[in-house]
Amino acid sequence: MDMTDVDYSTKIPNNIGLAEDRRVLKALEQWHPGYIDWWMQMGPEGFQEAEVYLRTAVSVDPKGWARFGYVKMPEYRWGILLAPAEEGRVIPFGAHKGEPAWQDVPGEHRALLRRLIVIQGDTEPASVEQQRHLGATAPSLYDLRNLFQVNVEEGRHLWAMVYLLHKYFGRDGREEADELLRRRSGSADKPRMLGAFNEATPDWLSFFMFTFFTDRDGKMQLESLAQSGFDPLSRTCRFMLTEEAHHMFVGETGVGRTIQRTCEAMKEAGIDDPNAIDQVRALGVIDLPTIQKKLNLHFTLSLDLFGAEISTNAANAFTAGLKGRFEETKIDDDHVLTDATYPVLEYVDGRFEEVDHPALSAINMRLRDDYIKDCEKGVGRWNKIIEKTGVDFALSLPHQAFHRHIGAFSSLSVSPTGEIMGKDEWDARRNEWLPSAADGDYIDSLMTPCRNPGDYAGWIAPPRVGIDSKPGDFEYVKLA
Amino acid sequence: MARIDFQTDPSHYRHWRLEFNGDTANLIMDVDETAGLFEGYELKLNSYDLGVDIELYDAIQRLRFEHPEVKVVVLRSGKDRVFCAGANIRMLAGATHAHKVNFCKFTNETRNAIEDASDHSGQAYLCVINGTAAGGGYELALAADHIILTDDGSSSVALPEVPLLAVLPGTGGITRVTDKRKVRRDRADVFCTIEEGVKGARAVDWRLVDEVVPNSKIEETVKARAAEFAARSARPSGAKGIALGPLARSFGEDSVDYDLVHVEIDRAARMATITVDGPGRDAPADAAAIAAEGDQFWPLKLARELDDAILHLRLNEMDVAVIAFKSSGDAARVLGYDALLENAGDDWLAREILHYWKRVLKRIDVTSRSLVALIEPGSCFAGTLAEIAFATDRAYMLIGQLEGDNRPPPELHLNALNFGRYPMSNDLTRLETRFLGEPDSLDAARAVIGEAIDAERAEELGLVTFAYDDIDWEDEVRIFLEERASFSPDGLTGMEANIRFAGPETMETKIFGRLTAWQNWIFQRPNAVGAEGALRRYGSGRRPDYDITRV
Repeated sequence: MDMTDVDYSTKIPNNIGLAEDRRVLKALEQWHPGYIDWWMQMGPEGFQEAEVYLRTAVSVDPKGWARFGYVKMPEYRWGILLAPAEEGRVIPFGAHKGEPAWQDVPGEHRALLRRLIVIQGDTEPASVEQQRHLGATAPSLYDLRNLFQVNVEEGRHLWAMVYLLHKYFGRDGREEADELLRRRSGSADKPRMLGAFNEATPDWLSFFMFTFFTDRDGKMQLESLAQSGFDPLSRTCRFMLTEEAHHMFVGETGVGRTIQRTCEAMKEAGIDDPNAIDQVRALGVIDLPTIQKKLNLHFTLSLDLFGAEISTNAANAFTAGLKGRFEETKIDDDHVLTDATYPVLEYVDGRFEEVDHPALSAINMRLRDDYIKDCEKGVGRWNKIIEKTGVDFALSLPHQAFHRHIGAFSSLSVSPTGEIMGKDEWDARRNEWLPSAADGDYIDSLMTPCRNPGDYAGWIAPPRVGIDSKPGDFEYVKLA
Repeated sequence: MARIDFQTDPSHYRHWRLEFNGDTANLIMDVDETAGLFEGYELKLNSYDLGVDIELYDAIQRLRFEHPEVKVVVLRSGKDRVFCAGANIRMLAGATHAHKVNFCKFTNETRNAIEDASDHSGQAYLCVINGTAAGGGYELALAADHIILTDDGSSSVALPEVPLLAVLPGTGGITRVTDKRKVRRDRADVFCTIEEGVKGARAVDWRLVDEVVPNSKIEETVKARAAEFAARSARPSGAKGIALGPLARSFGEDSVDYDLVHVEIDRAARMATITVDGPGRDAPADAAAIAAEGDQFWPLKLARELDDAILHLRLNEMDVAVIAFKSSGDAARVLGYDALLENAGDDWLAREILHYWKRVLKRIDVTSRSLVALIEPGSCFAGTLAEIAFATDRAYMLIGQLEGDNRPPPELHLNALNFGRYPMSNDLTRLETRFLGEPDSLDAARAVIGEAIDAERAEELGLVTFAYDDIDWEDEVRIFLEERASFSPDGLTGMEANIRFAGPETMETKIFGRLTAWQNWIFQRPNAVGAEGALRRYGSGRRPDYDITRV
């Protein structure tokens, strides 16, 4: 079949020939009810009956992959979509470099590959769980719709990983797919696998920060898996990346609109000092220092997702040809890295310095560095917004060693500017750098829903353009 | 390298002679020093290589099947003043590690077969040592029930491996000294470090031999002892043996075809598939027919072919990582043959065939390849053949049918033979070993004797590792095989050898586990095989240079 067309003949939109694939069909038929149960239990609370103006993928052709229309979320057509196969694709890196990409799981790497897919898969439902209460406090129907779009797409990304597990990993794969529905974000008994996915997303600024920072980690992970020598994984991730871009758009514009509104309100009220927090808060907007604290929190939680700086697992996955680097094919080196080195920031003799390590074991570090660069660009765009309004303030990414729980810096107490201090001092100053309970209470006080078409909560500016070019008062969500 | 062939017969022996005298046979070692299996060494002083042992194995088999009248085998040397100098040192020094290991394994199995004949077939072995029995020579003697040493002031028994060669008497030597002959530990220590060995009265005193006899009295003593052992034998008088004819085999590039056993090698996947065929017709009605069918009797023919196939793969196909066992045929017929053997009572031949199957299955147990049974439609893993599946590291069984194949779903069948007739080297049955921690599972398995067990039930009963339907089957099996081929062969060999033999130690498990493992370690060490090691310097007049670190 033509891989760019989506088959709607089964209940599940797909371009994988699902109707003829007895194995996946049978497995999915058993998994599907469990998924719907999970969605009803753990999906957006209170909006399962609402008609939401959502985009559904109807083709994997880059020109026309989206179709908009009203749909109730539980009836969303989650499907299985892979980017078209590249003729003659070869494994781009590692010990198998140059060999034809695997169309089946190589037995030798099955366990490692399954682990990579399960970890990726586990993050998708986790964020839906983290965000399930946010609908109640959406600052507009536009934002509510964006939240739900992100949610259904995370759901579809779960499907994508489940497809791989069902198709290529037999009984173990089916068990892992079931486990993905059993773990719960923040649960003491069955938590999600990665730390950041067990943190609460208590308010909309957290949601925007999460989609900017944590989904960007997701993007980096997908980018490196899109390089995989296991072709079905590569194709799955390439298609997921087109959707992931929207999530980061939601995050970047969400934070951007919050900043915009804050600066505008300050200007309107004639407040020049961004640190005049009480005055700014009196305007019903979120002061810039608090936004910086939120940024500090989400950035550092996301850095932890990259794992240890020096990692044997990452080296193995690279050498095995399973997980590459960001934009692997654009990197100018031998893509095998047997003798290459990579500078890793370390804390040596009381100061931070870069130490060369074998590039293979520093794969995580390199991806994290690429991630930081990507984040910096977004922060730069936020600062442009501030600059344009004339407020004298700049947001910045904190030092990599600040507030870390995983990796070489987790034992250090470091300020956002990279100053090393005792733990007591750090603890005493924590609330200067990270949101305090009072900050949370303040933000929480702003989280009141705004459900009239075209209306926006006072702490956030409207978007410049609507979704699918709809007008400002478009009813993105028809509440039941 | 030329294929090593395990098939021979007395008309082709270069190293051994068989003489028959009523209920006694002489098995005479008279090694042709020019007839080594490989170039580069001479088999002086009745030293042996694999070729010599292949003939010995053949002789032992024929003594059991072709000569029911033989109750005592006298193992002796055809050379003057030398019994046997053991494995040929130059052969060992020149052989690859893999060859050495497989050579030792086979020689161990052959010595175990000597003891098996004595323990279970009433065919006792007497060993007469005139001259030197050193190293492997004494180990050969140790396999016998009774050792007679000539008291000529110079004939001795010795295990000089450690002082002379920096290796171990690895063909059961140390274990039989301590566990069979129960030599006191300090004396064993002394004995194993005396290059020239022990002779005369001390050899008896230390239980290294059973008696010492002056040269002039040897023949008389042998006769007397043979008569004593013969009198105790339960072997039938007046029975007629069957001839073990040559196996019908044809070797292809990647295959070996026997009548009932088919070996196919997938070199890219590093996998060999052994398919065993069930009986072509129903079992005959009574035991008398077994002898009439002779070496064409299905269970015997299959055992001989399977035995040869395993040995062929071990020595000639070193790169094969996984051996997959399949079967093809009618389970009811297999069970019919099993019942015939089981119910044959005192029939000596039926007993021999069951013991032979026991030995073949043990040979599978100690084969250092990953073993898997693929239980598919058309298979007949029943009774004795089910035992093959229980010998494997994993058994995969198909649930239902395969697409485009209308044969019925596969079934397993158990019978009494699975519960006692085929002990492993640990003296437990494979099911007892399998269910060591689950006596209830063993009872549950016994309770389904006679039932057709489908895949899901077999998985539930713990008789197979995994049951998969046709949707998963191909992929799961492929992935297992690929994964197995990707692991370190050494890691797998060690892991499998440790996992397969749960439960108690026996002399056999000690030989294959402890003694062999230490020997194989030493065989890798420079002190033995390095340029300055003892094996290399042996006979050069130069002393070995040892790395003195105790490990």
